[in-house]
Amino acid sequence: MSAEPTSTASTSAVPLLEIKDLRVGFKGEKKKILTAVDGASLTIYPGQTIAIVGESGSGKSTLAHAVIGLLPGSGHVMGGEILFEGTDINQGNRKQVMALRGSSIGLVPQDPNSNLNPLWKVGRQIKEALVANGVATGADADRRVVELLEEAGLPDAERRARQYPHEFSGGMRQRALIAMGLAARPKLLIADEPTSALDVTVQKQILDHLDTLTENLGIAVMLITHDLGLAAERADHLAVMYRGKIVESGPALDILRDPRHPYTQRLVAKAPSIASQRLSSLHERAEIRDRAVENAESTESGSEDILVVENLTKVFQLRGARPWQKIDFTAVDDVSFTLQRGSTTAIVGESGSGKSTVARMVLDLLPPTSGTIQFDGVDISSLKAKKDLLRMRRRMQPVFQNPYASLDPLYSIYQSIEEPLHTHDIGTRKEREAKVRDLLDKVSLPTTVMSRFPGELSGGQRQRVAVARALALDPEVVICDEAVSALDVLVQAQILELLNDLQAELGLAYLFITHDLAVVRQIGDNVLVMQEGRVVEHATVSEVFDNPREEYTRKLLEAIPGGSILLNEEV
Amino acid sequence: MSELTPRPGQERFVAPIEETPLREIDVVDIDAAPESQWKEAWKRLRGSPLFWVSSVIIVVVLIAVAFPGLFTSADPRAASLDNQFDPPSEGHLFGYNFQGQDIWARTVYGARASVAVGVLATLVTLVLGMVTGALAGFYGGMVDTLFSRVSDIFFSIPLLLAAIVVISVINNLLPNRGFWTSVIIVVLALALFAWPQITRQMRGAVLEVKNLEFVDAATAIGASKLTNLRRHIVPNALSPVIVSATILLGIFIVSESALSFLGIGLPQNIVSWGNDLSSAQNLVRSGQHLVVMWVPATALATTVLGFVLLGEAVREALDPKARKS
Repeated sequence: MSAEPTSTASTSAVPLLEIKDLRVGFKGEKKKILTAVDGASLTIYPGQTIAIVGESGSGKSTLAHAVIGLLPGSGHVMGGEILFEGTDINQGNRKQVMALRGSSIGLVPQDPNSNLNPLWKVGRQIKEALVANGVATGADADRRVVELLEEAGLPDAERRARQYPHEFSGGMRQRALIAMGLAARPKLLIADEPTSALDVTVQKQILDHLDTLTENLGIAVMLITHDLGLAAERADHLAVMYRGKIVESGPALDILRDPRHPYTQRLVAKAPSIASQRLSSLHERAEIRDRAVENAESTESGSEDILVVENLTKVFQLRGARPWQKIDFTAVDDVSFTLQRGSTTAIVGESGSGKSTVARMVLDLLPPTSGTIQFDGVDISSLKAKKDLLRMRRRMQPVFQNPYASLDPLYSIYQSIEEPLHTHDIGTRKEREAKVRDLLDKVSLPTTVMSRFPGELSGGQRQRVAVARALALDPEVVICDEAVSALDVLVQAQILELLNDLQAELGLAYLFITHDLAVVRQIGDNVLVMQEGRVVEHATVSEVFDNPREEYTRKLLEAIPGGSILLNEEV
Repeated sequence: MSELTPRPGQERFVAPIEETPLREIDVVDIDAAPESQWKEAWKRLRGSPLFWVSSVIIVVVLIAVAFPGLFTSADPRAASLDNQFDPPSEGHLFGYNFQGQDIWARTVYGARASVAVGVLATLVTLVLGMVTGALAGFYGGMVDTLFSRVSDIFFSIPLLLAAIVVISVINNLLPNRGFWTSVIIVVLALALFAWPQITRQMRGAVLEVKNLEFVDAATAIGASKLTNLRRHIVPNALSPVIVSATILLGIFIVSESALSFLGIGLPQNIVSWGNDLSSAQNLVRSGQHLVVMWVPATALATTVLGFVLLGEAVREALDPKARKS
């Protein structure tokens, strides 16, 4: 980025892509037109990386899809120009756009899991891209496929090309898609949230690789992302979109240091990847914890360690190659930790590290293979009587990851929140209703949502309902399994604030499972870093952030997008 | 990072705040009316022409079942050889058959037997299939193996052939039967070999739903396994079964007619479309008086079409994604 030679700026004064006052609409019900992109203008020069930042529904993907002529269903361009190397590709016929697609403009799609044909070998799919764009045919193409995969950073490319997508990990699939997008050496590569489905460390690897690759080949990149930190780290030029409009654009660092539009200011202030870099969030957290511990002590009388987990191990038996064979898979291996009243212990790890399995065992949804879980001094596996088990469940409640699956779609919001009260036979009908109102108020939702259904609420709102349901039984421990991972950054920050406030007010203890170290600084006190079922590091948050002992923890920290830029600034 | 002067078109730009005023983060639309999934499905259903066409057919058939007198004043059993194959006349819309009975009256009164068999057989199939499917999917392991293998065995036997064997055996044991006994025997024979289809669907749907997070959430609240199955899992697994049920209804009506046509379904003394078709089969060879066959045949085909179309409309309403746009 900074190494970009100034000479290119003067020699390639002709923009590669110019979008002028583009308006894109979708035909809705009753022929009403919903404007998704409203008067967007954008310029990209050859070899340059620019990023479009925005929340879901801001129109950023629609803008990208309009450029490559892949608007879904009822979408259409209503006005404006899209000039690619000076010619308006919007006015041109479909054939012209088809010719540009792949050969001049490449696309790396969002979800690596659904964008490869599961019935075709990976090599054949890349070969198809080569043949379709007339780059190579026959044996030439086969050779080229291997080169492309190697270039995309896949080791052992020749063998990999003969494998099927299901034999690839998510990161490897995304590499294959990058190879495909670059197959015909386009001049512009559109990367639509290319790594949001991947673990942070894999995300970093892939983006790093994409950076060097496009820089070496002189390919311009249009990066679509919801993460301002990531965008500022990767691109020279930023465009921030909000409600279909570009609200602010300009040099990436300028925007980050001096955001002028209120929306950008909000983003810079709240995005966890950036916010977690600030020392202030650490102080705020310490205050919250003090208040929470105080409140917990004044209301509860039991031991200080509400949850003690010792040598917890879970072994799953997987099916072997033959029907009678079984393979032992150790998902959780000798995990021990304690959770104190009014504090938060965060478990951090990549997918497959066993962190969610720990949560399920603590919740008694899954029996451990060995080890003990003590809740307030009582081993939960010793709770045989139904009554005791019910009492334990009352005191420990979960909030799950997927806001789309954690509420029964057939239950109204009132029924969902009232269900725990109903199950435990608490209060009269009137009292329960009052309690539900009170809970909705606690999670800042209007009481009018009581009669609505989960399908009508946004992800963040559903997650609030899930929090309200978890609090219905006045628990002492709340287990948040990736509770904010599926949300937009601003909504994520809002839910984190809510969780912090509730903790301070009610003296709750949180077991907070996440893959994202960035949010840990805003809510965690102690951190367990898990890798392949084992705890690799166990320390306080400040120790982990300031002085990580393990190589793996350091890797996770470095992978927080945007980390490098702001740290320089705050020193 | 060096401060490069921005290139043309990339200068710092800030949109005026009036253009896109900031909204509160994640604000709730307070005015929107609440809509449950079923209510939404009903709204989509109301907008579907397919639904209205099929509903009209089904409602007309149901009225004929409940009040056959509204459609004809003739007695379906009155027979006089004087009227054999008489052409249509006042009050006798399609004329008379070989026995000198009113064709139209027989068709109207025949709806009762056909619809009774269809509705009852569907109900019995649903109960059998849903219970076995839900238990198999929910408990897994031995329960699943048991129910699934038994349903596989029944699935491998052709419905009509099996029903023929069962009914023939019972016919020999119970030669003289009334209307309802005959209907129930046909119903049980059909349901006995049709339930595996529902079992499989229910099992698949339950397997899918039981791993969703709201089921875990309910367990963590303290809901027991059976409460969970009843309150959360089964209601969310219903939609594919509802669609199948409407189509099954059509299939059962056809099966009843086929059985009666072959002379084993409902006994000859019961007025049914199958029996009328059976007695009309000799006329096909001569090609004379084909109206005797056409009237009950059309009634049968239209009724079945009504139920199949309803199934299609319901499927679209419950799963809007499946619709081609």
